[in-house]
Amino acid sequence: MTEPVLKIDDLHVRFPLGRSLMDRLQGRPGRVVSALNGVTLELFRGETLGVVGESGCGKSTLARALVRLNTPSSGTILHEGRDIFVRPEISYHRRVQMMFQDPHSSLNPRMTCGQILAEALTVHRMCNPDRVPARIAELLELVRLPQDAAGKLPHQFSGGQRQRIAIARALSVEPEILVADELVSALDVSVQAQVVNLLLDLQQRLGLTILFVAHDLRLVRHVSNRVAVIYLGRIVEIGDSESVFRMPVHPYSRALLSAAPSLNPDERGKADRLQGELPSPLNIPSGCPFHLRCPLATERCKLERPALRPVAGRGEVACHLSEEIANAQ
Amino acid sequence: MQPILSVQDLSVTFGPKQGPRLLPAVSGVSLDLRRGEILGLVGESGSGKSVTLRSIPGLTRHYGTLAGKVMWEGRDLVAMSDASLRPILGKDIAMIFQEPMTALNPLLTVGVQITESLKAHTTLDARARIRRAVEVLDLVGIPGAAGRLDDYPHQFSGGMRQRVMIAIALASTPKLLLADEPTTALDVTIQAQILDLIAQLARDFDMGVILVTHDLGVVAQSCDRVAVMYAGRIVEEGTVRAVLGNPRHPYTNGLMRSVPQDVPPRTELFSIPGTPPSLWNMPPGCAFAPRCARATAHCTAEVPPLSALEAGHLAACHCPLGATQ
Repeated sequence: MTEPVLKIDDLHVRFPLGRSLMDRLQGRPGRVVSALNGVTLELFRGETLGVVGESGCGKSTLARALVRLNTPSSGTILHEGRDIFVRPEISYHRRVQMMFQDPHSSLNPRMTCGQILAEALTVHRMCNPDRVPARIAELLELVRLPQDAAGKLPHQFSGGQRQRIAIARALSVEPEILVADELVSALDVSVQAQVVNLLLDLQQRLGLTILFVAHDLRLVRHVSNRVAVIYLGRIVEIGDSESVFRMPVHPYSRALLSAAPSLNPDERGKADRLQGELPSPLNIPSGCPFHLRCPLATERCKLERPALRPVAGRGEVACHLSEEIANAQ
Repeated sequence: MQPILSVQDLSVTFGPKQGPRLLPAVSGVSLDLRRGEILGLVGESGSGKSVTLRSIPGLTRHYGTLAGKVMWEGRDLVAMSDASLRPILGKDIAMIFQEPMTALNPLLTVGVQITESLKAHTTLDARARIRRAVEVLDLVGIPGAAGRLDDYPHQFSGGMRQRVMIAIALASTPKLLLADEPTTALDVTIQAQILDLIAQLARDFDMGVILVTHDLGVVAQSCDRVAVMYAGRIVEEGTVRAVLGNPRHPYTNGLMRSVPQDVPPRTELFSIPGTPPSLWNMPPGCAFAPRCARATAHCTAEVPPLSALEAGHLAACHCPLGATQ
């Protein structure tokens, strides 16, 4: 786990909204949603990197940028030393596969499960055309779907089974990296566990690297080796999953991670409550973007943006006070 | 203490009244709710938890058939006509929904939407209604409440919209609040704020709350009692501490164990085999039997009744898990 397969460097993604009539009348420039503001990240071979954050923080934008669904306004993503946006390797789109949140809209309703898998196999010329049915049977076996599934349409499956088809489709082209954007969020708890078990098992058997984006913190903790906490398009803390979850340093991670409701009724009311809500990505606060909601904010936080830097014994944290907090824990 | 709401043997079926096949969405649900109590109703999608909640004020009566009783202050809500229900709904019984953007009218200001129910249910004049609207918006924690009455729902964020929904529900000081997944569409940080708010309001106004959710964590952190539903029936009921601390029904136990908490990371999670049954095609006997490791011949033959295992802890199972202490 020493070799980075993907290197994301200072990635910015902005979505211009276009100038409204009011903007034109008042001579203002059009507004811009700054979804990602300088994300630097390395993804190592064979690991699972969890990405957590509130909605609108840019975690899905990051996932989509990795498969080139979003184009960055600046910054690079290097895959084996080549910029994926400038000159990607021909096989990049085969080697990095994405799985989406909504199992109802991510599968073509008019194609059978077999056709969906066959399409992926033939487009990427994964095997000889007459080997396709056998390969489909193998894939169904791999994701533990019944063999008669190949002839059925997506609406004949339950949500959990549909996510299995999505996993099978992603795996059909023998990828190295899987990008899972809220893969199990739409599923019920008992089905969630089945899909997560499958993903962990497949990762082990096939040596996959997974970027796991989710808002369910317990689940991210369970599947990840490392975890990155994102706030307003920036990583505020990244490190070993157990260390980040057990002893988060950044005040935002501390509040976010303690907000996950515990199953133990005796822990009621013990969590740090976060005041206020996520500021709009149209208008990001100056200095540390979290200073408006931070209980520890100082003058310095309002003016100067903290850089992501390593903290002794922990991961990397973007907070002016990280040493003080880490020492006090 | 006398319960304020008593649901007795409620069943809801969908489909044409004389049709050959009726879809049994809820079968024989009984619940009691006391003042100031928060009751959690949990289950997976399709378990009938939302239909049960919506049937209490009769929202399902126009597209389904209700049987059983919903006793509210000595009267049966199921038997009452729409006209006689109207003075109760929105006044004594208020409801908040999962998706605040679709539940709020996008074309009316929040001020109009809050004062609307006051106009219908109270004798307050226009000025007093606006005062009350500012008061409730303040109560649910919307900063600068007086200045926001003329704002439209789209000008609020998701969490703030849910607060507006709660403000509308609270305007006429209801005795019962029905909350259908009020925090599912929100982030965990905002979810914590909204749940704290609901718990505080229940305490301050001595209001009964039925909270429908699929998240056992939400139940553990905010409810007093909990009822677990599976395939249209309540399978376990009791205090939160008893049910979550020592689940007796194998389904509740399975649900608890599939949540990744206090398990070694990256190990296999416990999962209940199979999927919930289709309501069109219910297995005979206990609906959970085909997925249950403890099922016996008795389980597939006869539906287990919900019976008390100890004081305040009921389960519908022929072979419940033992008490662990």
